[in-house]
Amino acid sequence: MYAQLVKSEGLKSREEMSPQEQAFQDRVDKGEKIEPKDWMPEGYRKTLVRQIGQHAHSEIVGQLPEGNWITRAPTLERKAILLAKVQDEAGHGLYLYSAAETLGVSRDELLDKLHSGKMKYSSIFNYPTLNWADIGAVGWLVDGAAIMNQVPLQRTSYGPYSRAMIRICKEESFHQRQGYAIMMKMAQGTPDQKNMAQDALNRFWFPSLMMFGPSDKDSVHSAQSMAWKIKINTNDELRQKFVNETVPQAKYLGLTVPDEKLEWNEEKQGYDFSEPDWSEFFEVIKGNGPCNRERMDARVKAWEDGEWFRDGLNAYADKAADRRKAASVAAE
Amino acid sequence: MPDVETTVDVAANDPIMTDAALRPAFFEWLCRLGDNALILGHRTSEWCGHGPVLEEDIALANTALDLIGHTQMWLGLAGELEGEGRDADTLAYLRDAMKFRNILLVELPKGDMAVTMMREFLFDAYHHLLLTWLSSNSSSPRVAEIAAKAVKEVSYHLDRASDIVVRLGDGTAESHRRMQDALELLWPYTGEMFKADEVDERLSDAGVAPDLAQLRGAWETKVRDILEEATLTMPDPAGYAHLGGKQGRHTEHLGFILAEMQFLQRAYPGASW
Ligand SMILES: [Fe+2]
Ligand SMILES: [Fe+2]
Repeated sequence: MYAQLVKSEGLKSREEMSPQEQAFQDRVDKGEKIEPKDWMPEGYRKTLVRQIGQHAHSEIVGQLPEGNWITRAPTLERKAILLAKVQDEAGHGLYLYSAAETLGVSRDELLDKLHSGKMKYSSIFNYPTLNWADIGAVGWLVDGAAIMNQVPLQRTSYGPYSRAMIRICKEESFHQRQGYAIMMKMAQGTPDQKNMAQDALNRFWFPSLMMFGPSDKDSVHSAQSMAWKIKINTNDELRQKFVNETVPQAKYLGLTVPDEKLEWNEEKQGYDFSEPDWSEFFEVIKGNGPCNRERMDARVKAWEDGEWFRDGLNAYADKAADRRKAASVAAE
Repeated sequence: MPDVETTVDVAANDPIMTDAALRPAFFEWLCRLGDNALILGHRTSEWCGHGPVLEEDIALANTALDLIGHTQMWLGLAGELEGEGRDADTLAYLRDAMKFRNILLVELPKGDMAVTMMREFLFDAYHHLLLTWLSSNSSSPRVAEIAAKAVKEVSYHLDRASDIVVRLGDGTAESHRRMQDALELLWPYTGEMFKADEVDERLSDAGVAPDLAQLRGAWETKVRDILEEATLTMPDPAGYAHLGGKQGRHTEHLGFILAEMQFLQRAYPGASW
């Protein structure tokens, strides 16, 4: 997902917990929200910081592949919709960095970790957007996959994270709809447009499946996160749900999902499908995806080029505070 | 319910729209408004995802979004007035550079944030005066209606740009220097805003648009006040002015903007998006 490989703790049994930890777990089990001033296990705080931070970074790095087409959007309306969509993603970043701040870590610290490569963002944003239908595919598949994960996270145990998710989810459905609307136009358009749509689906299908993270049997750290309600569903559950919902949408578009093994399984009432190439996933996470370099360079450049701007605003704020102080002293 | 006549009688609604003698100049003038918004919106949108701080990224995208909305209204009206079946998209995506009527100022590269924000300030100060006049004085109700919608957003853009100019001008030595450099780079392109040609004069005579020379005084006052607060030095208002954009003689930059912006419409003619 937007937080795919979040390092977490091993699951603690009830006997291993201190009385304080037991009381905490009871609150979580009862569905109470944990608020910033409440006591929380250090592992809970650390895991949340990693997860929320990774999610926030994904929102802002995620601006780049779509931002790539803003100046080339084919109509004024498409340009306006795309601008509004990418602007929303920046807003999501803002909500999430603020949620992380309630856990005692500043936005600047998190950005520093992103820029130095110590923190990750979702693997999906390391894939390029090569034709206009990619903008449709990103909204449809990438925002679609994000929704799968974020809807249950509205019920997450940490109050500020849950509230950020509620705000974000409201906007995500618009994101997916605008993406699907683009795909519809392309799939029903000229032969060239239809080719672009199919090409976009071919390239984004498996990377979208990877967004949910490795298979449950390989993700050792989810048990504790699930007990803490930081993670609500397993990776495989969400992936299956995504495939079940997306395949009929692709059929409706008249497009072919690029998986020969894809087949309806009556017994499980879901599709059987091929696993993505996990070696590719781990390469992308390591930095070897098609656009890792460009994405990081763009973020670092924006930050470094913006330094004088931020310093200028800070210097002015300091001067203004001094002037106010001097004025109030003079008035006394 | 009795039958009501629902078709709007354009002539009764806005006699200016049906003045055949005025039409060519009116069309040109509407394209100037639409193209300024379109090209400045394009330049502003280039920041999306690359802003110096998240809040700024969001604000710039928001400004670009407003300007694209204004483009749709102005070019939409231009197409309607022309009556040859061109809509806002046709005008934006299928005219070549020599048919574009924006002033040169808005097509210059976005530069650093100093250039971007100084340009926005200099343009907004003019844009705000123009739209304010149009919304309350234009003899064309259609023009007044669009201006009234746009002026609310531009008023916010102007406040924000003014505030940033003041803060960066009076920030660090570096931010001050960058703002002064930006001001000097852009200044020679501000004269075009107030240099009336025959089109401006015809529209002003018809009461559709203001006398540009009369806006200039108020613009200079606003700009002088803000620059003074920003501790920046205002260049000579009577200095050299680069002209030509309003008549379709552009800088080399516009062709590249259009090559990018119009790519899909040009590569796949007739497709619907
Ligand atoms: Fe988002
Ligand atoms: Fe989204």
